[in-house]
Amino acid sequence: MTSAVLLALAVFGASAVEMVEALTIVLAAGVTRGWRSALEGSAVALAVLVVLVGAVGVPLVHLVPIAVLRVVIGALLLVLGLSWLRKAILRASGHKALHDEDAIYERTVGELADGSAARPKRDPVGFAVAFKGVFLEGMEVVLIVLSLGASDHRLGLAAVTALAAIVIVGGIGALLARQLSEVPENAMKLTVGVMLTSFGVFWVGEGSGVNWPGKDLAILVLVALFFAMAGAGTVLMRRVGTANAPARLAAPALSEEAGR
Amino acid sequence: MIATLGRAATTFGRFWWDFLIGDTPEVFVGALALVGIALGLRHDHLADVVLVPVATVLLLALSTYRGRKRH
Repeated sequence: MTSAVLLALAVFGASAVEMVEALTIVLAAGVTRGWRSALEGSAVALAVLVVLVGAVGVPLVHLVPIAVLRVVIGALLLVLGLSWLRKAILRASGHKALHDEDAIYERTVGELADGSAARPKRDPVGFAVAFKGVFLEGMEVVLIVLSLGASDHRLGLAAVTALAAIVIVGGIGALLARQLSEVPENAMKLTVGVMLTSFGVFWVGEGSGVNWPGKDLAILVLVALFFAMAGAGTVLMRRVGTANAPARLAAPALSEEAGR
Repeated sequence: MIATLGRAATTFGRFWWDFLIGDTPEVFVGALALVGIALGLRHDHLADVVLVPVATVLLLALSTYRGRKRH
């Protein structure tokens, strides 16, 4: 039960983060090249991703021995989780620029706008940009859904949670339109990074034959441990600074954190 | 046809390279080492339960520190 709830939270958070990034590109494609092509491109990409989950996930669950699956998937989750966590700590401590959805939106609009007012009903460029944006961002969601779902034999729960996140974030994003930069993306990325890393450690251990004390509850202990370490890491990294990353860079990260 | 397949294979390979290794090869190598530790210590229950999470924290600290030096 505990792992099912945590699994759903991790999948939802990861899907929401990726959806915000994909939505920025779709909005830019829709505004500049027409909504019909942008929405069609997004829908086709989503359909391909759903087929991928079914085509790869179902055989994975039924054909690969569970212990092997858990070790391999645990390692994959560790790589993904630690990368997200590392990036979130570097951004929160001012060592790396925050992900700026407004800047990405403006850049994409600038690249797509060709100055002509008349547009065909179906625009191949708008379709391709929206497809690519949704497909590439969605691939990471597919990997997380397959990893968490297959290792816990809860592929259905993981897939439905990801779809729910896509629908909810997509709906809210469409209403807010240009305010995607208000989403506390770095805090979300840090939280998901903590959860993916915790699941990674847990599954690597389970697959290796470790009996975690408290069974699934051990995931909560790991989540608490990695949250504490991420917090401590952020504080330490703010203090150390580098020649190229002076303390003033920390200001936007701190203000973002205050908005959580 | 062959050119299209070649492009698809290149794109597929690049995606996985960026996804697994990218600019943090230490995370990939470290994750493999963690799996090695977990498998190697599977008969020593306590060591596995303690060492794998601690080694993961150290890997995170090392990788984050490397990120600081490059930015």
